[in-house]
Amino acid sequence: MDLSLAQVPRGLVHVIAERCKECNFCINYCPTDVLEYSTEINAKGYHYPVVAEGKEDACIQCRFCDLICPELAIYTTDASATQSKERDAG
Amino acid sequence: MSVTEQTVHPTADVHPIDHLLRADRLPHILCPGCGIGIVIHSYAQAIAESGMPENDHVCVSGIGCSGRAAGYVNVDSYHTTHGRALPFALGIAVHKPDLNVTVISGDGDLTAIGGNHLIHAARRNANLNVICINNFNYGMTGGQVGPTTPIGARGSTAPRGTTERPFNLPYLAKATGAVFVARWTILHVREFQQAILRSMQKKGFCFIEVLAPCPTSFGRANKIGDGLHEMEIYRERCRIEHGASNFEDLDIDLIDDKKSITVGNFVDIEREAFLS
Repeated sequence: MDLSLAQVPRGLVHVIAERCKECNFCINYCPTDVLEYSTEINAKGYHYPVVAEGKEDACIQCRFCDLICPELAIYTTDASATQSKERDAG
Repeated sequence: MSVTEQTVHPTADVHPIDHLLRADRLPHILCPGCGIGIVIHSYAQAIAESGMPENDHVCVSGIGCSGRAAGYVNVDSYHTTHGRALPFALGIAVHKPDLNVTVISGDGDLTAIGGNHLIHAARRNANLNVICINNFNYGMTGGQVGPTTPIGARGSTAPRGTTERPFNLPYLAKATGAVFVARWTILHVREFQQAILRSMQKKGFCFIEVLAPCPTSFGRANKIGDGLHEMEIYRERCRIEHGASNFEDLDIDLIDDKKSITVGNFVDIEREAFLS
């Protein structure tokens, strides 16, 4: 098996900050530790998740943060699909 | 993509599953760390993956925090009186056998106040999918001890710990005749979603117990600090056993940390469904 041919999916993290209630599930259960608390707060006073510095390319699009979020405040999309589309358009 | 190019993560206002939810009511009223939001999310995801039109799905709920579920899903939904979600849903299922009726309700509503309806709906094998959100207490009314509170766990009506034996819900559902019985926790979210999908495909009475944290009431009384703490208990102690051999062993002891919590799809049989 040639591992160099295996492609690791890349994800883009979308956060809907105003829905977050700071339960910490996404930050704690991210397998690649992509997320951390924001320094800012949302309208209800909660620190929502943001992508940690240096982890911009670490999301593997497993979607677990999306599935485990009780507030439907986070989801991921396939970065390679988005970027190849942009590349084709540009 | 060049290596130096940095990925920019966008912000968002809508979630891809929002069309199946009443997104204008979000954020919902449930506490931070509560598991009911994940159940609503999983149900919406299961509707999207079921391949059936949205109009064929009906959601019925009773009273309690879990009863709020019907108010957040964007399919035909009914918020019924306390304990009476099952007879209400049974009426829909008998009159419109082609609809996929799902009851989302709590342990108190389904097994205490609506206990008789549960066993008779299962006995008749009514064509219903029941998602019973078990948070081990009456959360909305202030953490009173319910029929699923494990022995020794504290509640506002049992400050020194309850001495009553709790229901073993998968055993109860199997004994009364359910054709599909499963137990998952909200941490096993993918398996839970597959179990909902399976129950949507099956005719007959499908019962899924899902364990969910209640940090505000049950957690506070039992030194379980927050939702994440209870999720960690699930992660450390849950053992998956599909088609469990001994249903008497499925009792949950949340307090004794040496005992495992058995989860899985326990029963999947065929039996003629009631009037459908």
